[in-house]
Amino acid sequence: MFGYYLDLALHSLKRNKVLTALMVLAIALGIGASMTMITVLHVMTADPIPGRSGQLFYPQIDPRPMDSDNPTHDPPDQLTWIDAMNLLHARKGVHQAAMTGGRVTVVPPQGASHAFFTPARSTTADFFPMFDVPFLDGSGWAASDDERRSRVAVISRDLADKLYGTPHAVGQTLQLGKYDFRIVGVIDRWNPSPHFYDLGMGNYTNEPEQVFLPLQTALDLKLSGANSMSCWGKFPSDGDLRKASSCAWMDFWVQLDTPQQVVAYHEFLVNYSEQQKALGHFVRPPNTRLRDVMAWLDYNHVVPGSVQLQALLALGFMLVCLVNTVALLLVKFLRRGGELSVRRAMGASKRSVFAQLLVEAALVGLAGGALGLLLAIFGLWIVRQQPVPYATLAHMDGVMLSATFLLAVCATLVAALFPAWRACRIVPARLLKTQ
Amino acid sequence: MHPIISALKHHKTTIVLVALEIALTCAIVTNALFLIGDRLAAMRVPTGVADNELVWARASGLDLGGAAVSRDPTDVAAADLAALRGLPGVESAAMANTLPLTNNYWSMGVFRRPGDEKSGLDNVVEYLGSPGMLRTLGIRLSAGRDFLPQEYVDYNPFKDQPPPTVVIVTRTLAGQLWPGESPLGKTFWLDSDGKHAVQVVGVVGHLLNPSINKDQGVDRSLILPVTRVQGGVYVLRVRPDARGAVKRDLPGVLTRIDPARIVTDGHIYADTVSDYYHGDRAMIWVLLVVTGCLLALTALGVVGLSSFWVQQRTRQIGIRRAIGATRRDILRYFQFENLLIVSAGILLGSLGAVGLNLWLMKHYELAHMPLAWLASGAVVLWLLGQLAVLGPALRAAAVPPVVATRSV
Repeated sequence: MFGYYLDLALHSLKRNKVLTALMVLAIALGIGASMTMITVLHVMTADPIPGRSGQLFYPQIDPRPMDSDNPTHDPPDQLTWIDAMNLLHARKGVHQAAMTGGRVTVVPPQGASHAFFTPARSTTADFFPMFDVPFLDGSGWAASDDERRSRVAVISRDLADKLYGTPHAVGQTLQLGKYDFRIVGVIDRWNPSPHFYDLGMGNYTNEPEQVFLPLQTALDLKLSGANSMSCWGKFPSDGDLRKASSCAWMDFWVQLDTPQQVVAYHEFLVNYSEQQKALGHFVRPPNTRLRDVMAWLDYNHVVPGSVQLQALLALGFMLVCLVNTVALLLVKFLRRGGELSVRRAMGASKRSVFAQLLVEAALVGLAGGALGLLLAIFGLWIVRQQPVPYATLAHMDGVMLSATFLLAVCATLVAALFPAWRACRIVPARLLKTQ
Repeated sequence: MHPIISALKHHKTTIVLVALEIALTCAIVTNALFLIGDRLAAMRVPTGVADNELVWARASGLDLGGAAVSRDPTDVAAADLAALRGLPGVESAAMANTLPLTNNYWSMGVFRRPGDEKSGLDNVVEYLGSPGMLRTLGIRLSAGRDFLPQEYVDYNPFKDQPPPTVVIVTRTLAGQLWPGESPLGKTFWLDSDGKHAVQVVGVVGHLLNPSINKDQGVDRSLILPVTRVQGGVYVLRVRPDARGAVKRDLPGVLTRIDPARIVTDGHIYADTVSDYYHGDRAMIWVLLVVTGCLLALTALGVVGLSSFWVQQRTRQIGIRRAIGATRRDILRYFQFENLLIVSAGILLGSLGAVGLNLWLMKHYELAHMPLAWLASGAVVLWLLGQLAVLGPALRAAAVPPVVATRSV
């Protein structure tokens, strides 16, 4: 039966080529535009660290004075040095790491005239196991290296290739400015997107850190700055941010594996704030937050408004395409009242006529989906040509590919339901008589 | 009731569909046109500097210590500027900490009264400029004077150095510090302790911020006179035709004078401005393409339905023609019918457009859409509707009266 319907549908579609082409084009345009934007949105809202994002938390506490003119009630986005060190040494989580970003001057073996800047991260030992950073050679440094302020470094595969011509660079010496570091690990390509652990580098970045240094070492040697910082009091005159008690510039992440640990950590943050208030360091009542990765990204509005707006626009466009398809299908089906009446008069049930019309609509949907897919691939290619940091992410994956066809066929079938139902209601006798 | 309206009652479904499509298109197109207008207006705001005559590069010192004892940075800066002024086509050169629309900004709090934290105004953008910076950039003063040679001091906000004692402010900053008063000669403070007073000697009518955003606003800034800027921008006023060559040579000149630093590529400032607005331009293109597709689609939909109606009513048209209706009457009939349906769609669509704008305002910090924009959407759709119906209506008008006597 299905083969017969298919035959009828193809026949009917061929008979009015202009109308068929118009419908296919409408669906293709709608699908192409919406799938382009939905794919961009899909890759931009993707989990940057799958499997771990639910266990990684970003604590916030509020050390600001009472009269701060900042009207928001949310605590600062970062921690002061003192608070970050207190949370780090409290060791209340499974893993925890304090970190800050900046750039370092790499002096390659060829000499100072070839020196260049590269993004760097100063952090503590737990960074690597906590974020599951893939190592190609060697490993991260130990907690004792943090305390001893060892001059050790972890570098990226790209930098190792560039400096030493091999990714196996453990044991080599890395010169940063005027200081020498011993390389203890080389990490494979790793660039979580969005760059969740430090949004101060930009929410999406094509230039991830190439050098990782122990936090205290980097600060002692003045090799580290801060990608972002907010102050509500005086800036220390010698520029050492560790003395800036009224500047928040540290990022801090903690791994908590069970809900009980999360509750306990939240209590710990409140207790810590109260204790600091009792000591006279804090003025405000405890004002704390503990967000996991996805909640943190959401809170920071990581996806640009313009991308959301364009996705919305594409969906609106799709809606108009559907209404258009409903109208065109209605015209098409009603025009064929005579033919349908003959089939009904010869014994076809309402249901089989309905099914036949839906098969015809599904064919239009499939054709529209295929053309829409091409349009979406072209649209994504255009997005990739844009000089925006998220451009390289804009690729279609298997999920989106099948979603495109599913959406096209489903949308067309939904659009066809009403016209097909109307066409089935024709009273065959009346139409046949007027002919 | 008018015959056209009573005739419409027989086609409720199709009419509702067309009106719905027109309404959706109207709501989207009106908001898209408004967004395009909004972005274009933002892009057309002048920077306040001589866009087409500037070339710049940023240099950062490289502290390698040891062997080569670094030269006095002030000497290096002076040698740099002298060498740059010697490049062909260069009219003047100066250093600044940043330029408008380069996305790299420093901002600070200023205080109207000494030692009074409550008198503060936050997020004021700070420009630092070496001698000749105003003239090089082409910043025009609307009142007061440029800095005097003795007013430039060695100052770095990240070091413990006293700041300059004179300042030039933008009209926007002056208006917020002293609403309705002349700012010339007035004093404000750069710190909450009341130690660092600065006196306003000049007012800039308009100078855009390095980055236009919610906190810093559009053009609320101050300019301080400094002898040099560490890690700053070398900016050159260049004859427009020499910009390409100067851009190419600029980093080399700086590296030759002091190799122990990293110099970015040279930039033609007009390109910098264009890059800043890249996102806006991309958005405008997306909106234009979607609006175009939407209008084309709606037009094709109207053509399809009108053709169907003409075909359906061929016999009635023949009868009307046979009893005396002219071709013009038939044409007018279809045009008026289209006008009625499109108007209904526009009415519904205008409500949708206002609703959509309110929703967008709430979620994306867009501006309020003036109601005049509704008229733009309405005109576009009326024209579109009439254009789309013209073909089918002409075909209807061509139906001969003799059709009435035939059975279809």
